Amino acid sequence: MQCFSGAAFRGVGNGLEVKAELKLYASLSDYLPTESRKTNRIELEIEPGTTVLDLIDRYRLPQHLCKLVLIDGSFVPPEDRGVRALREGEVLAIWPPVAGG
Amino acid sequence: MAWTKKILRVNLNAGTCSTEPLNMEWAHQYLGQRGLGTKYLVSEIDPKVDPLAPGNKMMFTTGPLTGTMASTGGRYSVITKGPLTGAIACSNSGGFFGAELKFAGWDMIIIEGKAAKPVYLSIVDDQAELRDAGHLWGKTAWVTEEEIKKTHQDPLLRVSCIGRAGENQVLFAAIMNDQHRAAGRSGVGAVMGSKNLKAIAVRGTKSTPANIANPAEFVKAVNAAKKVLAANPVTGQGLPTYGTQVLMNVINEMGALPTRNHQDVQFEKASAISGEAMHEKRPSDGKANLVTNGACFGCTIACGRISKIDPGHFSIKDKPQYQGASGGVEYEAAWALGAANGVGDLDALTYANFLCNEDGMDPISFGATVGAAMELYQLGILTKEETGVDMPFGSAEALVKLTEMTAKGEGFGKIIGLGSKRMCAKYGRPELSMTVKGQEFPAYDGRALQGMGLEYATSNRGACHLRGYMVSTEVLGVPVKMDPMATEGKAPMLKAFQDTTAVVDSSGLCVFTTFAWALPDIQPQIQAACEGDWSMDKLMLVGERIWNLEREFNLGAGLTHKDDTLPPRLLKEPCKTGAQKGKVCELDKMLPEYYQVRGWSKDGIPTPDTRARLGL
Repeated sequence: MQCFSGAAFRGVGNGLEVKAELKLYASLSDYLPTESRKTNRIELEIEPGTTVLDLIDRYRLPQHLCKLVLIDGSFVPPEDRGVRALREGEVLAIWPPVAGG
Repeated sequence: MAWTKKILRVNLNAGTCSTEPLNMEWAHQYLGQRGLGTKYLVSEIDPKVDPLAPGNKMMFTTGPLTGTMASTGGRYSVITKGPLTGAIACSNSGGFFGAELKFAGWDMIIIEGKAAKPVYLSIVDDQAELRDAGHLWGKTAWVTEEEIKKTHQDPLLRVSCIGRAGENQVLFAAIMNDQHRAAGRSGVGAVMGSKNLKAIAVRGTKSTPANIANPAEFVKAVNAAKKVLAANPVTGQGLPTYGTQVLMNVINEMGALPTRNHQDVQFEKASAISGEAMHEKRPSDGKANLVTNGACFGCTIACGRISKIDPGHFSIKDKPQYQGASGGVEYEAAWALGAANGVGDLDALTYANFLCNEDGMDPISFGATVGAAMELYQLGILTKEETGVDMPFGSAEALVKLTEMTAKGEGFGKIIGLGSKRMCAKYGRPELSMTVKGQEFPAYDGRALQGMGLEYATSNRGACHLRGYMVSTEVLGVPVKMDPMATEGKAPMLKAFQDTTAVVDSSGLCVFTTFAWALPDIQPQIQAACEGDWSMDKLMLVGERIWNLEREFNLGAGLTHKDDTLPPRLLKEPCKTGAQKGKVCELDKMLPEYYQVRGWSKDGIPTPDTRARLGL
C-alpha cells in the first residue's frame, strides 16, 4: 500500500491551481495519506487540465480497481477518464468493485 | 431430483400434521421456494381473504438447491398474503433453518387455520407435532429459540419464530431464525402471530446428496461456480470486508440516499454510519463497531455483519444483555434507522437493529415509519404530549425509545406498528407515507435512479429493492452500466432483472450471488441437481411465469394498475441536491413500455396471449 504526504501532490504554486477534492472509499482508502484515511478524503490543489486518469496514476491506484468513478455524483466512463479534467470545486470519488442490497 | 418430494401440511384448527407428495408437475413449472410456494398459495386461498384471518395460509418453502453444497444454498422463503400490503408477500431468509428443514426431508410446510392457543411446531425428521407454546408467548425471538433448544435438549435445533412484534401483529413483523436472519419484509411475522404459531423448530438428520439427479455433474458445476464467486472482487473481497454497507457512501455521493423521509437525497452524516465507519475505532472505547463477518449455510461470500456496541453508549450502558456481539446493520437497515430519520449515531442504529432482530421487526419498514412520524412531528401534527417522546429528525434518543416501544407494543409504538401508510392516513397526511402498495421504500431514491422508481412501482410485494435490483445496472455497472437518469431501455432491463431474480429466489440460492454469477453460472447447478430439462430458456420462462402468477394474485386481491405508482413526493418534488438536482421520477415515461414488454394490457393485466404462453 502507498503512503503519501498530501503536500506532495499540491499544485505548482503559481496561483492558477484548481482546488478540488478526492475521495477514495473501501479498500482504495489505503492509497490515501495516513491522516486522511479516516475521512476518506483529501483536498487537492492541482494544475489546470489535470484529468481523472492523471490523478489515478498520481495516487498509484490500480486501474482495474477503479470501477466506480464519480465526479460530483455523476459517473465518468472509462473512456472519458483520460480527457475529463477536474474543474474548480469538483469532487472526484472512486470505489473498487462493490455491491450491496 | 433435488426435491424431497414431500410436503408437511399443518392444520392449526384441528391440530394435525400430515404428509403429502409434492406436486411434481408444478415443481417443473415453478422450480421451488418462491415460485412453487406461490403456486400452492394461489391455488389454495381466496385472494380477497383478510391476511390476518384464519383463511390465510403460510408456505415455508425451500428450493431444490437448499441444503446442498451449492454456495449460498441455504435459503428458505415464507409466502403468504401480506398484511402490510394486501398483496402477495414473499420473504426470503438465510441462516441455517432452510437447510435443516431439507435435512429433515421436507420441501415445504403449509400452515393453515389458527390454533386456539399458542403452539409451536416441532419437526424431527419425519415426525412432526404441535406443542404448547403458552410459556413462550410474550417472549422475544432470542429467548424463544433458546428455550426451545433447552426443552428439547438439542442445541442443533434450528428455530424459525416470531418475537413480540409478531404476536402483537405489528404489520411489518418479521420471522426470525438463527438470532439475526430474517424473513423480514411485508409483515409475514404478523400472519404467524395471527395464527397463534410462535415457532417452528426443526432437526434433520438425513442427507441431501441422494436427492441430486446427477451428483458428478453437480459437484463439477458447483465447484466451477464457487471459483467464480471467489475470483470476483465483489463477492470475493468487497462483500466479506464491508458487507452491503459499502453502498452508504456510494449512494449518498450520487445523491440517491433518501433522507429525512425523502425530503432530501443526501445525508450529511452518511459517512458516520457507513461500512467504512464500522471498521473505524471509536474514540470512546478504542474499538470498532464491526467485530467480524458471518456466513449463512453453505455460503462462500459471508457478507453478514457481527457488531458490538460501545458498552458505555447511552443505549446500552445499563443493559449488559446487549453488550456482546450480535447481528450488525446491513445497508438497508443502516439507511432506514439512520438516514431516513437523520440519525448519524452508528451505535444507536446498531442497538435499534439488535432490537429489531430480538423481537422480529423489519428494520426497513420500521425505520421508514419512524421517519414519517418525525416529519409529522416536524410539522406539529404529532406532539410530545401525544407520542410521549421528543422526536425531531436526528434524535438518536428518540429512535432508541421508539424502537423499544414498538418492539414491546407500548404507547405510541402501537401506532408505529401500523406502518407509515396507516399512520400517515390516521393523521390526515397520507401523502407523507413513502410507500408503494403500503410497503415502505428501501434505501434508494427513485428520483435519482429512474429504473429503481419503475422497479418500486411495479414490485409485486410493494416497494422493494430485491425484486429487480436496478441499482446493479444504474450504479454498479453489473451487467452493464446504464445512465441512472435515462428512462429509455429501463423497462426491458427491469423485466429481465425481475424474471431472473424470481428464478434465483426459487432455487435455494442467495440473490447476492448474482453480483458475480449470471444465469449461465446458475443454470448448470440447477440442471445437474434437478431431473428434467432446465435450460436457460426454460428458466427464464419459469421466472416470467412466477412474476405473472404473483401479479394475477394481486389483481385477484383487488389491486389494479392504479397501485403501480409512487408517492407524490417522488413524482412532483425534485431532488434538492446532488447529480440529479431538479429531477423527479418520470414514471409515466416508463410504465406504459413496461406493460408492453410484459405482454400486459394498458391496464396492467396479462393478456390472454401472455397467459397462454406462460401456461397460466
